[in-house]
Amino acid sequence: MAVTEYARQPKVETVSEAIRRKLLELWETKPGLYGWIASVDHKEIGIRYIITAFGFLMAGGIEALIMRVQLAQPNSRVVTPEAYDQLFSMHGITMIFLYALPVLSGFSNYLFPLLLGTRDMAFPRLNAFSYWVYLAAGLFLYASFLVGSAPNDGWFNYAPYSSHQFNPGPNMDFYALGMVFLGISTTVGAANFLVTVMRLRAPGMSINRIPIMVWGTTTISVGNLLAVPAVSLAFFLLWLDRQFGTHFFSAAEGGQPLLWQHLFWLFAHPWVYVVVLPAMGMVSDGLPVFCRRPLVAYSLVVLGTITTMVLGFGVLVHHMFATGMPFLALSFFSGASFIITIPSAVAVFAWVATIWAGRPVITTAFLYFASFIPMFVIGGVSGVMTAAVPADLQLTDTYFVVAHIHYVLIGINVFGVLGGLYFWFPKMTGRMLDERLGRWNFWTVFFGFNLAFLPMHWTGLMGMPRRVYTYPADVGWTTLNLITTIGAFILAIGIFLLLVNVVKSLKNGAVAGDNPWDAPTLEWATTSPPPPYNFPVIPVIASRHPLWEDRLQEGTGHSSISRGIVLDSGKEAIATTVIDAEPDLIIKMPEDDPWPFIVTLAMALGFVGLLLNWWWMAAVGGVATFVGIFIWLWPRADLAQRVEPANE
Amino acid sequence: MSDVSGTVRERLTIGRLGEGNIRRRASGWWGIMMLIATEAFLFVYLLFSYYYFAVQHGRAWLPDELPEFRLSAPDTAILLLSSVAIWFGERGLRQGSRLRLLLGLAVGLVLGIAFVVIQYMEWMSKPFGISSTSYGSLYFTITGFHMAHVVAGIFILASLTLWSALGYFDRTRSSTVHIGVIYWHFVDAVWLFIFFTIYVTPRLGLG
Repeated sequence: MAVTEYARQPKVETVSEAIRRKLLELWETKPGLYGWIASVDHKEIGIRYIITAFGFLMAGGIEALIMRVQLAQPNSRVVTPEAYDQLFSMHGITMIFLYALPVLSGFSNYLFPLLLGTRDMAFPRLNAFSYWVYLAAGLFLYASFLVGSAPNDGWFNYAPYSSHQFNPGPNMDFYALGMVFLGISTTVGAANFLVTVMRLRAPGMSINRIPIMVWGTTTISVGNLLAVPAVSLAFFLLWLDRQFGTHFFSAAEGGQPLLWQHLFWLFAHPWVYVVVLPAMGMVSDGLPVFCRRPLVAYSLVVLGTITTMVLGFGVLVHHMFATGMPFLALSFFSGASFIITIPSAVAVFAWVATIWAGRPVITTAFLYFASFIPMFVIGGVSGVMTAAVPADLQLTDTYFVVAHIHYVLIGINVFGVLGGLYFWFPKMTGRMLDERLGRWNFWTVFFGFNLAFLPMHWTGLMGMPRRVYTYPADVGWTTLNLITTIGAFILAIGIFLLLVNVVKSLKNGAVAGDNPWDAPTLEWATTSPPPPYNFPVIPVIASRHPLWEDRLQEGTGHSSISRGIVLDSGKEAIATTVIDAEPDLIIKMPEDDPWPFIVTLAMALGFVGLLLNWWWMAAVGGVATFVGIFIWLWPRADLAQRVEPANE
Repeated sequence: MSDVSGTVRERLTIGRLGEGNIRRRASGWWGIMMLIATEAFLFVYLLFSYYYFAVQHGRAWLPDELPEFRLSAPDTAILLLSSVAIWFGERGLRQGSRLRLLLGLAVGLVLGIAFVVIQYMEWMSKPFGISSTSYGSLYFTITGFHMAHVVAGIFILASLTLWSALGYFDRTRSSTVHIGVIYWHFVDAVWLFIFFTIYVTPRLGLG
């Protein structure tokens, strides 16, 4: 065996037109249908994620509006009770699983390599795969409407009502298989974020220089790797119960319906933090830009983020206070649910202090980021109230809990996302969103949201149970429900204004330039929109705010952005060490590749086969998936996965 | 050595860098660690379900005849031996011996298949089925999940054997081998937890 040395000395140069031209040739996605299917560019995938997630947000929103029309008046008959069950179930499933995390994954996908100063995610093909599986699983779940059998047991789907005996239609099979399918996307996405942040940061970006948004997504990716198996397993076991008569959740033959709740909340409470921590990270990175100063207490906010996730695994039972569990268990989980407010409050105080100590510039993005704070406090405090066992026994399964979850999910997910959209839209498209329309958009959303959901606390305190189809006229819930319905429609108009703004600004918004907000992080160092290779040379980082170094005088030196490592012999990136981000390896990045799409199709075929009990079809899908992965992973010389062929 | 930035006070100098997939430094090595982490938790939740039932229901929940070691003990030994064989092959690659690599992988592959066959016989010998009681459901689901992982591992070992035979790897370009091998070790390690849970804990008085 000849000894080959797999090493080379990378060039270090200043950015030049020649480098740009050569990189563009290497990195540009081919035009046409093939390029569209095969693209592995994280920016393309990120934008697809965001658009798809907004599509599901619209769908979930329309479901909500239909419910609000039904509830606007007592004894109304707008939809049938069965349709209502499907609507509230799909509304929850859509917003929580198909919108809330995917939209954050979209931002993270788009931003990770840009924030970290590299050229793509660690596994670009896996990234494309993660998107396609998300889309396929979303369509799979929504196909249930076409046959009139959408999931109808609420998003947390308690056994035994979800079992075959009480729910014989295909509704639950759609949900069970769809969630197992979607879990694959979430898991591979999380693995990709983690390896990217560990290995692909620009040289010099040690862990104390990583933007908070990256910390948020990194933290929840760990959470996802540990929590998603619980829910995938729960849904798989449910499906076995339904199809093969196993006894996991049945009350007979030694089954245990409560096991469902354990497995589900083992996943679903961490999930609540999963869908807010990256949005909190977006606020922590975006808000300081408009306060014209760095975030106060960076380290504490990072530690708070991680602590929140860790404690998030210890509060699951507060969803189960009313199930008759031992008193000691209730006390422990109640205590944990109180303690978790501490790390969350750290972030709140850091944001307030940042505004306090800064010189705020009022933009639409700032308004969204700043109003995130009171929404978070309201959602947080109503959470603390339900953390107390005696209060929860009164409040559980009432509209109070509905108000709480909406303050959490809209207040600290949607508000962060909309602020993030105003903030990063110029980077993604090269054009600014219109500010005047932006103000209309913000105030309509803000007013509509609070009008809809603040009164819900009272509706709940007055005893209205959640998920009821209608209510009698003489219980005193009518006015509050009507107000909520009006608020919901105002909120919908606000979201519509956002769409108008996006369409209008895409066409004739002001041209953004590289760094329209004068922001400090790396994504603003490249053009808007960035070229396919992101950075012509790999930058070297010397501080937390590479573009504010002249003003802040922090760190020990200057980052080098226009002069850096040139990698132009094929698609390449630099791998660095985990803690200190010292250069370690030149890694080869894959070309555009159709296999992620093909494997997704094969898997979708398999899942449809399982749904229809057409076992031959499931088998074909399974075998095709295996074959596809085998071809995908075949070691390739151009990716330096195997010894070069001898004739070279 | 080339100097990246004249103004960086702690000068960052960049020397020769490794290129492409090198041993355990490839991105894929980190990727398989992520997969192993998430799959380990899948088994944690499966075993959690087992203990949950065992604690809630007590002895009556277990089958009258406790699971026996007659097939399961040799099966466990076979699986452990397969890990040893593969470790032997991987060490061979490190010393540049493709033959040792091939030998190790092939022996591991055969032992892996033997495990599946014996496990299948064990399944057939059970007087209960997956839908008889919740014990049967859990027994077959846990061992079934593990069996699925062993089958996936066998595919991986077969692929590695094929690619090694084609001369794709040397002592530096060996990431693919390390990635596949660590997955096999993981599947073996998981079995030890399952074996302990299903075959040993009933005899220690659990359930």
